[in-house]
Amino acid sequence: MAKKIRVVIAKPGLDGHDRGAKVIARALRDAGMEVIYTGLRQTPEQIVSAALQEDADVIGLSILSGAHNHICPEVLRLLKEQGLDDVLVVVGGIIPDVDARKLKDMGIAAVFLPGTPMPDIVGFIDAHARTGIEQA
Amino acid sequence: MKITSGPGRERWERGTLEPALKKSPERSTPFTTISGRPIDRLYTRDDIRDLDDERDIQVPGVFPYTRGIHGTGYGGKLWTMRQFAGFGTPEETNERYKALLRAGGTGLSVAFDLPTLMGRDPDHELSRGEVGKCGVSIVSLADMETLFDGISLADVTTSMTINSPAAMIFAMYLAVAERQGADWTRISGTIQNDILKEFIAQKEYIYPPRPSMRLVTDVFAFCSAAVPRWNTISVSGYHIREAGATAAQELAFTLRDGIEYVRYGVDAGLDVDAFVPRMSFFFNAHSDFFEELAKYRAARRIWSTVMRGRYGAKSERAWKLRFHAQTAGVSLTAQQPQNNVVRTALQALSAVLGGANSLHTNSLDEALALPTEAAATLALRTQQIIAHESGVANVVDPLGGSYFVEALTRDLERDAWHYFERIDAMGGMVEAIERGYPQREVAESAYRFQQAVESKDRIIVGVNEFVSPEQEPFPTLYIDEQTGVRQIAKLETLRRTRDNDRVARALDALRDAASGTANTMPRLLECARAYATVGEMCDALRGVWGEYEEEALI
Repeated sequence: MAKKIRVVIAKPGLDGHDRGAKVIARALRDAGMEVIYTGLRQTPEQIVSAALQEDADVIGLSILSGAHNHICPEVLRLLKEQGLDDVLVVVGGIIPDVDARKLKDMGIAAVFLPGTPMPDIVGFIDAHARTGIEQA
Repeated sequence: MKITSGPGRERWERGTLEPALKKSPERSTPFTTISGRPIDRLYTRDDIRDLDDERDIQVPGVFPYTRGIHGTGYGGKLWTMRQFAGFGTPEETNERYKALLRAGGTGLSVAFDLPTLMGRDPDHELSRGEVGKCGVSIVSLADMETLFDGISLADVTTSMTINSPAAMIFAMYLAVAERQGADWTRISGTIQNDILKEFIAQKEYIYPPRPSMRLVTDVFAFCSAAVPRWNTISVSGYHIREAGATAAQELAFTLRDGIEYVRYGVDAGLDVDAFVPRMSFFFNAHSDFFEELAKYRAARRIWSTVMRGRYGAKSERAWKLRFHAQTAGVSLTAQQPQNNVVRTALQALSAVLGGANSLHTNSLDEALALPTEAAATLALRTQQIIAHESGVANVVDPLGGSYFVEALTRDLERDAWHYFERIDAMGGMVEAIERGYPQREVAESAYRFQQAVESKDRIIVGVNEFVSPEQEPFPTLYIDEQTGVRQIAKLETLRRTRDNDRVARALDALRDAASGTANTMPRLLECARAYATVGEMCDALRGVWGEYEEEALI
């Protein structure tokens, strides 16, 4: 049997609006994934370190504060530094179109805007996360 | 519990309803509000037989104020149209304020950026990428002077949405008023200063709950004497609702927060008749039209009952719950953003019918970005159309006496009392928060709502039904990284040019007051006048009180 997909849900930035992060975390868990929620105001260093420790296949960043242009490249850079380039990074939040295109170009796998149906997010992660079998 | 019996009711059910149901069954059984509250298909006099006109409903302007706190409703004065705004640098926001005042806005409402809200200077590591993004960046008194340049604080009322650093920002505002020669005993406005809902919902806390409560009561005490017309707190359900609470939870937690502040004020030796009249409230104007307006009516009845009964307040002003309302940001959709104009208009109409004293209407583009000036103007126009064209403001509480509205008001009130009992049994709201109780209740409701959307038990037009395949690109406000660069440069100049000895002395005096029992407000004022930054003031208190961290739970 394949290993469960392990997802770190992280809330970087200074804002405390965690409704989305918590709802997504529960939905992914209900969909059979292992979910680790980091809590609020995590720096990119803390997020990547959590991903390393938790052997995460996926990092989900919830960003509503507008700091995505600073946070996303940092997370990607640190992942690369740790040799974790195969960790899937997805972002959810209020992200202007022009920024969403830039984030995808730099290696963010998907940007989910407000109103995205939950099954779309679950389906995307299922289809694109590295699998337990490949890891073994 | 509803009373649904009675001979008239039975006749109707047999003679009219049953044949009709046979012909065409109902779309849903039962219908529920957006909060999941079951609603009967029909309300009659039988549903409100337990209500006493004199005791529960009364007339407007009379205890328990179910029908409003003013005898003339909006007849004498319309609600304040107060549009929340702020972005980028103080210079940019100052321009927006002048535009809003020119467009007929009747009060200012400051949105601060996250570094300011969290008590961090723009050059702090955690501020990177955040400066000026969600609101205006205010670092020191110099920024506050720019923000209100050309705006007379003696003539305008200002609401400031700030919580952990509320006392610091308020000190800066008072320092600007002082410079302008505005009399502190005559100026008016509001600071949100509601830390409890930060622990419950918005999570922009700095210090642990108890020292945070001390800062709040310091402001109460200071203003009673020095700034008597200032609203020292805006006890907020808005954020609790946005985080996912039901209408009943919003009502219950907000009012119980209010009671907690009164309790702490009394324990600090303050007189309820002196400080309670300056407390105000802030509710979410959500989409369920009748449940929302019943919520406001219930809030007034509960507050007056508790203040007169439990706290023995003698001043009628302490019994009257005054509130600001803002339409529900969480109801705005990124899909088909034009639809948001309609949502906002309905929410605003319901707030007006519920007797809001002040109102903010959201802009149609806020699920995408901070609003453009055009979008913010349209939002204000929405209020003006309700006020001047719809006619709803001409009669006081036009829905009072409606079987449905009165029954719903009573049911919401009952739910709130039940929550009060549970919270009281825990020892109070601070204790309940420390146990994570309201936080869990809200998260649970948020998840239930999301499931209802996924299953289409709740329809959101343009999102899970009536979806348009293609969306036209929509013009939005874009805030670049330049604000951060500019604010950091100004801060560096400030640190070189101000009297740094005076700053150090002022911060020392603040630390001393915080370690003891002296009121922190006079020390914060001296810090503000010396051009100490928000970050420096907050850090001084971090050193004394420590920082709060919540347990990460899903």
